[in-house]
Amino acid sequence: MTDASIDSGAPRKGLTVTDARTRKRNAAEKRFRAYGIVAISIGLLFLLFLFGSILRSGLPAFTQTVVDVEFTLSQAAIDEAESKMLKTKAYENFFIAALEGQLTARGLAVEFDAKAIERLVGKPGGTIRDFFKENPDRIGTPVSFELAASSRVDGYMNGRITRESLVDSRFLMAADLDLVDALEEAGIITGAFNWNFITGTDSGVDNPGGAGLGASVIGSFFMMLVVLFLSLPIGVAASIYLEEFAPKNRWTDLIEVNISNLAAVPSIVFGILGLAVFIQFAGLPQSAPLVGGLVLTLMTLPTIIISTRASLNAVPQSIRDAALGVGASKMQSVFHHVLPLAMPGILTGTIIGLAQALGETAPLLLIGMVGFVAREYPEGFLAGFTDANSAMPAQIYTWASRADPGFYEKAWGGIIILLAFLITMNTIAVILRRRFERRW
Amino acid sequence: MSFVKLTTSTLAITAFTATAGIARDQVQIAGSSTVLPYASIVAEAFGENFDFPTPVVESGGSSSGLKRFCEGVGENTIDIANASRAIREKEIAACAEAGVTDIIEVRIGYDGIVFASQINGPAYTAFQPADIFNALGSQVLVDGAIVDNPHQQWADFNGDLPAEDIVAFIPGTKHGTREVFEDKVLLEGCEATGAMAAMIEAGMSEDDAEDACIDVRQDGKSVDIDGDYTETLARIDANPNGIGIFGLSFYENNTDKLKVATMGGVAPSTETISTGEYPVSRPLFFYVKKAHIGVIPGLKEFASFFVADEVAGPDGPLAAYGLVSDPELSATQDTVANEAVMNGGS
Repeated sequence: MTDASIDSGAPRKGLTVTDARTRKRNAAEKRFRAYGIVAISIGLLFLLFLFGSILRSGLPAFTQTVVDVEFTLSQAAIDEAESKMLKTKAYENFFIAALEGQLTARGLAVEFDAKAIERLVGKPGGTIRDFFKENPDRIGTPVSFELAASSRVDGYMNGRITRESLVDSRFLMAADLDLVDALEEAGIITGAFNWNFITGTDSGVDNPGGAGLGASVIGSFFMMLVVLFLSLPIGVAASIYLEEFAPKNRWTDLIEVNISNLAAVPSIVFGILGLAVFIQFAGLPQSAPLVGGLVLTLMTLPTIIISTRASLNAVPQSIRDAALGVGASKMQSVFHHVLPLAMPGILTGTIIGLAQALGETAPLLLIGMVGFVAREYPEGFLAGFTDANSAMPAQIYTWASRADPGFYEKAWGGIIILLAFLITMNTIAVILRRRFERRW
Repeated sequence: MSFVKLTTSTLAITAFTATAGIARDQVQIAGSSTVLPYASIVAEAFGENFDFPTPVVESGGSSSGLKRFCEGVGENTIDIANASRAIREKEIAACAEAGVTDIIEVRIGYDGIVFASQINGPAYTAFQPADIFNALGSQVLVDGAIVDNPHQQWADFNGDLPAEDIVAFIPGTKHGTREVFEDKVLLEGCEATGAMAAMIEAGMSEDDAEDACIDVRQDGKSVDIDGDYTETLARIDANPNGIGIFGLSFYENNTDKLKVATMGGVAPSTETISTGEYPVSRPLFFYVKKAHIGVIPGLKEFASFFVADEVAGPDGPLAAYGLVSDPELSATQDTVANEAVMNGGS
């Protein structure tokens, strides 16, 4: 203790006086704390920047510009449209004609023609046709429609496209913006919350306004079901055996090392494996959530096994000894005492494994879930496993690679929804851990 | 305990789902990312206008699509392969080996390949194939001799071009676009600069000289993009000096970020491409497995819907998106209607 004062060369004056050496040590500690705070702030800054940019780019996807039009379709008009090959286009033309008629009747100050209106509206044909197919009694009566405007108009309304940046193209002319302004003033073009984005299905590349994430959320859901119901029992059974029953020898060591290695295998490898084994060898359907789930199960298993073994390991030996001491069999001691105590840890590991699997895209690339896939909802619960579908991250990836900038917005919007799911799952994991965790 | 119950029910569910509903009722398509947008437009309209389920269209590139197409016949293989180039002899042979003998070739229209750069970047507004070859070829003609490409800036070989570093983002070799770029730009440029003649004079056979012509320099001036055009766009966005290769429709969707260069003095547009004035264009195809017609519901209907005048014609949605419609569309419609296979077979 006195060595320090001898080294510093000055005699120690008392406990309350800080000498040079102590000051130096205190300063070093202060500096270290400052480094820590700086590191945390940098991390937070990145997080803030990330969230900021995601929200800024993604929130426009949740609103859309709609065109409000009331018009009447006669039975004759519908028959005419149904006789054509491209029926939806015929409906679209009716809609454009109705809108043009209304605008002319109102006497808008701007000049326009049918072509200009066609550029402003999105692809409403399918919606109108579906409506009249489902409600044949409304034929011949005035129906008011709220139909999505084209992605260019949407971009103009939310500021992505400005008058200055607009280059005339067949998608949108500078003169059309006057018409948009006039329509907005007349209350025909309004902004609305885009429910279709949350509940809808994917759309063709020329129709970003109609794109929704709903079908791929369902796809992800079925994949997670497969992952949960396969990886949880297999993972838990494997870890219980390895942890409680298996003899400690070279074989179990080898298995252990391999499980740890498996956790580090890049996910794309599982995709190739899935393609070769499940689709080409076993003949399971392509693009099916069942195959996606099986592939992701392989990926999630090591995570679950490792976390389950850790939580089994954390249960004190005394619990097992007490159970065995009162005459329980080995299996009874495990299933009646150790497993329930380890359950919170197992659940946390499972949820984190699922969250990981939910955000995984790479293996899905290879089993056909990327592209124009999530077009229809599955027809029933069982069909949900085998019908072609996409998954949330795969859908986001697909949107991000499309030419229309409107889809780029959708991709960011999809990220917000995906993050919401992940945060929810992680919160559940944290709550479970907090509530049921026991310390020994 | 409940754990045992859980396991048994899990096994029951998986066994059940594995056996249920394997039979496929929708058309399955894969291939070129250039054709994908058009195919997805048609697929959406097909699902809306017919009572068949919407076809599934996957991306991946022409080569990988054709490879999957040639895996065999059966419900777990794809029905249609999209390609931004014609199928190769090698691929037809591979198909035949796997039992895919009757292939219907359908040409849907033409696509232009454009050279574009950042809208605020240097004035890359006019190119000749020779410029591109001089900038990107691995061996070029300098002062009468074939040398490894020494050019660092565009102005090094053409005083009309800006004195900026050469950076180009070209499609990777798995893209069909790459082949068109090699044939219509690099090879043309090679001939125009006289490099090809010089190579042959130096003792190369004509085939070797052609291969040498389309060889792209590997010193980092030219970057292969294996993803789609959005990746090229992101690179151009980050690199004001960069030149990127895009499809015409992709460029037209992003005119606020990109400016296009003329090639051989002609600006790319649907008009100049359909008249053939703009030199760099290529036909787009899809290939149908005849053995699947009648097995997969809606396959033939989809193929004939795709090439119908209302869809692929000059006033259809495909042309509105940027496809240059084929003047000989009616011949293609006949091909589909008659299910005429390639090579005049059965």
